Amino acid sequence: MVDIEDLKNNFLNKDFDSKEFILKAQNIAIAARASGETRPEFTDPAHPDFQAPPAVLCSLASGRHLPIDFPSLGGIPMDGGKAVTRYMPVRPDQKIIGRTHLHDIYDKKGRSGRMILVVARMELYDEDENHLATTDSRMVIREKSDS
Amino acid sequence: MSVKTINDVEFGAELPTFEPDTSLEKTAAFAAAVGWGDGRGRFTDHERARKQGLPGALVPGIMGMGFLTATIHQWCPDAHIEHIDTVFRAPMMAEQPCIIGAVVTDIDEDEGLVELDMTVKNSADETRVFGTAKVRLPRD
Repeated sequence: MVDIEDLKNNFLNKDFDSKEFILKAQNIAIAARASGETRPEFTDPAHPDFQAPPAVLCSLASGRHLPIDFPSLGGIPMDGGKAVTRYMPVRPDQKIIGRTHLHDIYDKKGRSGRMILVVARMELYDEDENHLATTDSRMVIREKSDS
Repeated sequence: MSVKTINDVEFGAELPTFEPDTSLEKTAAFAAAVGWGDGRGRFTDHERARKQGLPGALVPGIMGMGFLTATIHQWCPDAHIEHIDTVFRAPMMAEQPCIIGAVVTDIDEDEGLVELDMTVKNSADETRVFGTAKVRLPRD
């Protein structure tokens, strides 16, 4: 059984990934409209305050969420949820830098064994290092039993 | 009923429900727009999704977050969502009706902030996604 405190000591709060993104206005608008969004700030690229809605910011956090040396816990990570905190608008055609670290690791015990939850946090910055938003991706891993 | 300012908000009030369009056309458009392509049919085609071991084509998980934010903006067109957290409890199936509900769980009039508990339920009244949001509303 993996020691959660060991995982925390070895992996929390260390950046393990950095990516650059540029969002396209048309894609932002299509995703917003498909979700039923009605605010023109999210659906109309011609709006003066046009920006990405929270769900589009979350989409940037898809892909690799664990450090390359993170131990295998037996199960395939499942997407347990997403969260977004917005500090400044994220605009189309703006270069965004996303840096990812593990923010939290904890476990929950159930009848079918232990689930390990890992929160990967991506912090989004612009080229001037302004913090635009933070997204959290919660991964749920069913631990493989030792027996 | 939509609200304009935090003064219009009552603790425990339920937001107007929203029934989003979960058609394959919408799930496919969303997935393509956020760069996921068609997910090998996962979001676009029931048969291809079943071949991947899924019960059918899915609504992308983060599209559920989009449903929640749309519900908030329909309730208060001038609301600014500062934080939103969604928990994916079970998959949402494409082309199956779902309903978004929300209730006001806290009001901070000094800060202009409202907290909401939110759910996405299917037609069997099963919760597929639940979440919370912290929303800033105009003070006057």
